[in-house]
Amino acid sequence: MKKIAPVLWLCIVLCFIYVPILMLAVYSFTDATIVGAGINGFSFKNYINLFANEELRDMIVDTVVLAVVCATIATVLGTLGAIGGFYSKKTGKTLLRAANQIPVVNADIVTGFSICVLLIVLLGVDKETYIPLGVGHVVLCAPFVYLSVLPKLKQMDNNLYEAALDLGATPAQALFKVVLPQLVPGILSGFMLAITLSLDDYFITTYTKPSTFDTISTYVFNATKGGQTEIKTALWALSTVIFLIVIAVVVIMNVTSAKRARRQEKHESI
Amino acid sequence: MKFNRKQLCIPYAVFLLLFVIAPLFVILYYAFTDGEGQFTFENLVSFFSSTNTIGTLVYSFALAITTTLVCLAIAYPTAYILARSGLKKKYALLLLFIMPMWINFTLRITALKEILTAIEGNIAAYPFLNSVIGMTYDFMPFMILPLYTSLQKLDNSLLEAARDLGANKFKVFMRVTLPLSVPGIISGITMVLLPSMTNYVVLDMLYNSTYIMGSLIGSFFNHYDWNNGSMISLILLVIIFIVTLVTNRFSDKDDNGRGAIL
Repeated sequence: MKKIAPVLWLCIVLCFIYVPILMLAVYSFTDATIVGAGINGFSFKNYINLFANEELRDMIVDTVVLAVVCATIATVLGTLGAIGGFYSKKTGKTLLRAANQIPVVNADIVTGFSICVLLIVLLGVDKETYIPLGVGHVVLCAPFVYLSVLPKLKQMDNNLYEAALDLGATPAQALFKVVLPQLVPGILSGFMLAITLSLDDYFITTYTKPSTFDTISTYVFNATKGGQTEIKTALWALSTVIFLIVIAVVVIMNVTSAKRARRQEKHESI
Repeated sequence: MKFNRKQLCIPYAVFLLLFVIAPLFVILYYAFTDGEGQFTFENLVSFFSSTNTIGTLVYSFALAITTTLVCLAIAYPTAYILARSGLKKKYALLLLFIMPMWINFTLRITALKEILTAIEGNIAAYPFLNSVIGMTYDFMPFMILPLYTSLQKLDNSLLEAARDLGANKFKVFMRVTLPLSVPGIISGITMVLLPSMTNYVVLDMLYNSTYIMGSLIGSFFNHYDWNNGSMISLILLVIIFIVTLVTNRFSDKDDNGRGAIL
């Protein structure tokens, strides 16, 4: 009896979170144009539109390409920054850490606007070159890569690097063959985080993007202004597809990490 | 030149200098100049002398604080139950609660808008209520996550000690659990407070009109008014700086907010 109240609370919160998403998912398989309207049979029309409409397809591909490219650059920069910063003297370390923290605490809208003013207004960089957009997204992502790599550096046994040097490795070899492999989990989680941040961004994109370029965020925002119901309901399908992808990724990551943990346990018991 | 591992941070340091530090100085410069580049206090004066902009500032604060409190009121019990009640598979359960943050927020708000319209009819009739609902819907996972992390870390022996020393359940919570979860609360507040002052997209999508600090930047951007836009950015930066100063005194040093889950 005692456990009913907490479980009920969790269910209520879950309803608040998932009812809108699930309702949208159900209606995405119908002809209805308003959620809450009567359902007259199922239809894949929205899904066909989603993949057949060139504008929608381009926008989705652009979003993903932008996220992967920027996350990759951010991962390289952030990882190198974290390694270099970790071995720097105290002042350098503190300065780098403080500078890294600025985009983390800053509002995205201020980050985006300030990059727009510097690059586009003051320096006159052409938006259409994608340079401001790329810079903006790397500024958004790299600090979080830095923050995910840093704890791994702290956990690492520093003697390994020294041992590699004693055994005749050059500093560069020791770094890339001994230090870097131990940072891989941090680098990977930083990369994943960078991808999700870039995919979700609206403000930095709006203030730096080329005029005809759209990501999912800017496209959906503009689509709600326009009255095209065909686009509107196709976006319901998009929301459902993304929801399913997220579920799949979460399940796969959970299963593989559980497997890894079990293998490690087995390894340790031997 | 000899290879030194410290040098690896040079590209990132240069990058931060050029695209994080420099833009802040440019904002400062634009905020205190006019269209011709002449030094002026005009932008600052016009912000504080217009009832429209001051009203926006006050409204932003009211909305942000209400949203933060509502998020906290819903997220704290949720995180507490998830972290402390000994439910099985609590990590999988936690994922269920924070998974929405990986779905694009504009799509989530689209979904919310459809539901609210179905329930209320005209969303614009209750702008403040629906703004709070929209912001809460958007930012809830970011509040649950740090709260869960700090409640999860709580040392059970402290709670047992308090109970052994005669504290009842309520007292244990008020005197031990709550104070020890302050870093999580603070981290959650910073994740929700500032975005809900600036994320005008949520409001604009819900009922086509906005009245918060972020929307001022948006409208100055649309009118190519970089000087006034910079002034709003500068005012936001000052607010962010003050909030950071206050929260830094309580927060957990290793916590990195949005990144905590991975």
